Amino acid sequence: MTLTPERMDEVSARIARLDEARRTPLLHVESLWKVFGPKADRIIGTPDAELSRRELMARTGCVVAVKDVSFDVAPGEVFVVMGLSGSGKSTLVRCLTRLIEPTAGTVVVAGQDITSASDAQLRDLRRKHVAMVFQHFGLLPHRRVIDNVAYGLEIRGDAKAARRQRAQEMVDLVGLAGNENSYPDQLSGGMQQRVGLARALAVDPSVLLFDEPFSALDPLIRRDMQNEVIRLHHEVGKTMVFITHDLAEALKLGDRILIMRDGEMVQVGRPDEVVGAPADDYVRDFVSDVPRSHVLTLRWVMRDPQPEDSLDGPVMGPDVVVKAAAHKVLAAAHPVRVVLGDQLLGVVDREDVLRVIVAEESV
Amino acid sequence: MTAVADRPPAPEAPLTTTPAAKEPVRRTGLLLAAIAGAWVVGWALFQGVATLPLGRAALTGFQRSLNDLRDAFDAARNSNFVLDVVFGGIRDGLDAFVSAARGLLSQPAFPRPVPEIGWLGVLAIFAWLTYALAGLRSTVLVVLSTLSFALLGYWSDSIDLLIVTFTAVFFCLLIGIPLGIAMARSKAVTTVVTPVLDVMQTMPSFSYLLPLVLLFSIGASAAVVATLIYALPPVVRITAHGLRSVSPATIEATRSMGSTRGQLLRTVQLPMARRTIIVGINQTIMAALSMATIAALVDGPGLGQPVVEALQSLNIGNAFVAGLAIVITAIMLDRTTTAASERAEKERRAGRNAPQHRRLVLGATAVLALAAVYLSRTYLWAADPERLPDLGGPLADATSSATDWITDTFFGATNGIRDAATYGLLNPLQSLLADSPWWLVAAVLLATAYVLGGWRPALISAVCLGVILGVGLWQDSMVTLTMTLVATALVMILAVLFGVWMGRSRRADTALRPLLDAGQTIPPFVYLVPALALFGPTRFTAIVAAILYAGPAAIKLVADGIRGVSPTTVEAATAAGSSTLQVITKVQLPMARAALVLAANQGLLYVLSMVVIGGLVGGGALGYTVVSGFAQAQLYGKGLAAGIAIVALGIMLDRITQHAAARQGRR
Repeated sequence: MTLTPERMDEVSARIARLDEARRTPLLHVESLWKVFGPKADRIIGTPDAELSRRELMARTGCVVAVKDVSFDVAPGEVFVVMGLSGSGKSTLVRCLTRLIEPTAGTVVVAGQDITSASDAQLRDLRRKHVAMVFQHFGLLPHRRVIDNVAYGLEIRGDAKAARRQRAQEMVDLVGLAGNENSYPDQLSGGMQQRVGLARALAVDPSVLLFDEPFSALDPLIRRDMQNEVIRLHHEVGKTMVFITHDLAEALKLGDRILIMRDGEMVQVGRPDEVVGAPADDYVRDFVSDVPRSHVLTLRWVMRDPQPEDSLDGPVMGPDVVVKAAAHKVLAAAHPVRVVLGDQLLGVVDREDVLRVIVAEESV
Repeated sequence: MTAVADRPPAPEAPLTTTPAAKEPVRRTGLLLAAIAGAWVVGWALFQGVATLPLGRAALTGFQRSLNDLRDAFDAARNSNFVLDVVFGGIRDGLDAFVSAARGLLSQPAFPRPVPEIGWLGVLAIFAWLTYALAGLRSTVLVVLSTLSFALLGYWSDSIDLLIVTFTAVFFCLLIGIPLGIAMARSKAVTTVVTPVLDVMQTMPSFSYLLPLVLLFSIGASAAVVATLIYALPPVVRITAHGLRSVSPATIEATRSMGSTRGQLLRTVQLPMARRTIIVGINQTIMAALSMATIAALVDGPGLGQPVVEALQSLNIGNAFVAGLAIVITAIMLDRTTTAASERAEKERRAGRNAPQHRRLVLGATAVLALAAVYLSRTYLWAADPERLPDLGGPLADATSSATDWITDTFFGATNGIRDAATYGLLNPLQSLLADSPWWLVAAVLLATAYVLGGWRPALISAVCLGVILGVGLWQDSMVTLTMTLVATALVMILAVLFGVWMGRSRRADTALRPLLDAGQTIPPFVYLVPALALFGPTRFTAIVAAILYAGPAAIKLVADGIRGVSPTTVEAATAAGSSTLQVITKVQLPMARAALVLAANQGLLYVLSMVVIGGLVGGGALGYTVVSGFAQAQLYGKGLAAGIAIVALGIMLDRITQHAAARQGRR
């Protein structure tokens, strides 16, 4: 991607737009709890709820999988939930459509309260508004690709011709044209997950949920699929909630990232916020291997202009990643001015950029 | 008895390791040795005291009251509402259905001297059905098999057997598949149905028959109902298992798209479980066939009748030919249903163009089949199988003379084997069990149950022993128990030898497994024939038949257990310098002990059911008592009591070994 001024502004504008849109979120989650075990609902609100997982297990035999999680997702946003295995992220995403029944809390999708929905309402929501992509694909082995993709349309009662046409469009969209009559076991893992993706897109949902969709794939194919998700997001602009245990994947895909540990939220923020200002030692440790210049933006390395600084240098936006800006900064005779709109936010010179890049190597 | 797949799975071994794992094993061994020692001492002191014998024609009060019960049922058959309308209705319906089918296919349909459809027509119908369902190769097999029924001289008996079998199978599927679905969907149904199925599968086939006579009298309907009860568990269990083992990821994905429970069942669970369900149907058909042959004892029509007659008159030749027809039936049904399931799979994959072409072929062949039916209704040569050359008679004669030659020539060898087993194993153990006072044997059995399995099997054993005492057949039960234990011990020796060999060598496995599979499809009745031919009517004959019958299942279980031992562990042991024998005795057998105990469990149940059938050929004890209950009206009550004693023995042995297996799994 070249660093045109339009592109720089676009990134900043997107961030501003999402921040604004979050006031009327598409997905609103508040104080969500999931406790597994006997009499799980009696724990919330008692002092026991404050115990660590291990202590609670010993005292009550219950396991807290999701502990008081709240967040909002703006329309069109890619929201990543990241954590190690056992952090409760997969449980969290299942609570969003009540594949797992939450113990307490509220989930609102497009203005509808999911937690109090009837079975019929819930089915309607799953059929039309929220679709999910699974780690192990969950395809129907006895149906051909095209019939797998059409499955969601079939169970909600769409007419046969309409659903075939829609399914074929989706098969083409995910790049599987020509494979529509294959059976799932005749496809590679990556292609099977494309089927999963097409199946989820077919119902034209407003929210797409991804539960570690690429964890079972080879690294190279995983990268292809990540790029595919980015491409599809550009094309169809769906709101996405994406679960992963892979930090690189989270940083690559997410507009914002929620980091979970032992069922609790540790930090929510943009990728550069997570790397630039880790909330605690856990997150700091987590992101310590990330090449900072790939994630941090000029906002994080700029300084206030000093009287001796020349203000004749080139202009760049604050949300340009350091790595992308480095070449220009190092080549410029004067410090680069970081400007948003008409406002001068600060300046960046060679030393500021080198500090980030060199510091990385010493880590 | 059916194959292993439909048994409840052995309890899974949790991953906890007990540090002192070796100690309890040694202690169990010491305790068992102590029990045995005390037993021998007690036997020496009290031999012949309180052994509770009962003469052949003698009856206890309880047995006489069972006779009275039978008389009461007989008297009330036409007046009591439940007996007359409910069971009478079922009986009349089934009898009418079976005799209609027989008139159509196998028996002279008055005023015709032959059935409505003669042999050529039946052959053509079978061939067409097989072609439609299973494909060309199976069709050839079915044509040859069906033709052989006529050539062997058992046409109507063979067709009758198929009629009884498939009538029962029809009801099994009608009841079993919905029940299996209900079990897969509801924990409550599972909790209620599972123990019932357990008992149904633990009950030796022999013990079903007499109680059914109470309700249905004798004849085709009793045979169908007995077969139905016996063959129902596999299809229920396997249907439930198939539905439950549909990948949870797929089910979750389907739920996430908003499917209803009905849609989930129709579009996901049933299609994905279809192959498994067809396996269940196969097992049900095989179980039905084996029970339908035994149902000859309650006057069920079919090939079982000539076998029983021949066995009782010691006519090896006829028994062999009729038994051969049963084996052919079994192979035909097994191969055809397997091919049908594979075909269904292939066809689904083949795509869309096939059906058009197939419909044409099926239509054309249907016309041919109808033409054959017409011929068979018009011309006697196509209707009467007796006009075909008779191979059965010469074959029976040849078999008889071959058997005579073998028994004459190898008289020394067969007698030697028999006497060694009888005097070396059978008699001493029988003396211990049957000549010790009942309270001593009961105490020994309870203590063994406690040591092997804990207080629960001990408690169940106490109840079972109480039942055996109550029905008044203690000494007969102990004789049957002796035969069961001896046969099971021999089965286990075979199972370990062959199982280890098969588990370690792919080649041995590939060579032996088809034989064992074939052995498992053959109805138990048939095994009596070669055993009788070699060893004459003795207790040992029943034991040999039991070993032949139980061996395949036990060997396969042990082989699978040995194969299941982690190759890494075996490799590590080899790398440490173990000899082959050390690998087997120190690694593979100990790690496969859960499979060994399970094999013993299955072996015991198979053996018990066969040992009592051996009552037909001189096995004596409980089996003989059941048989005489069929033959003589005044011994009915005693036979029924023997059936109860057999069930009690079966439940006791099953519970002890199941709990022991669970313990092994935990270690």
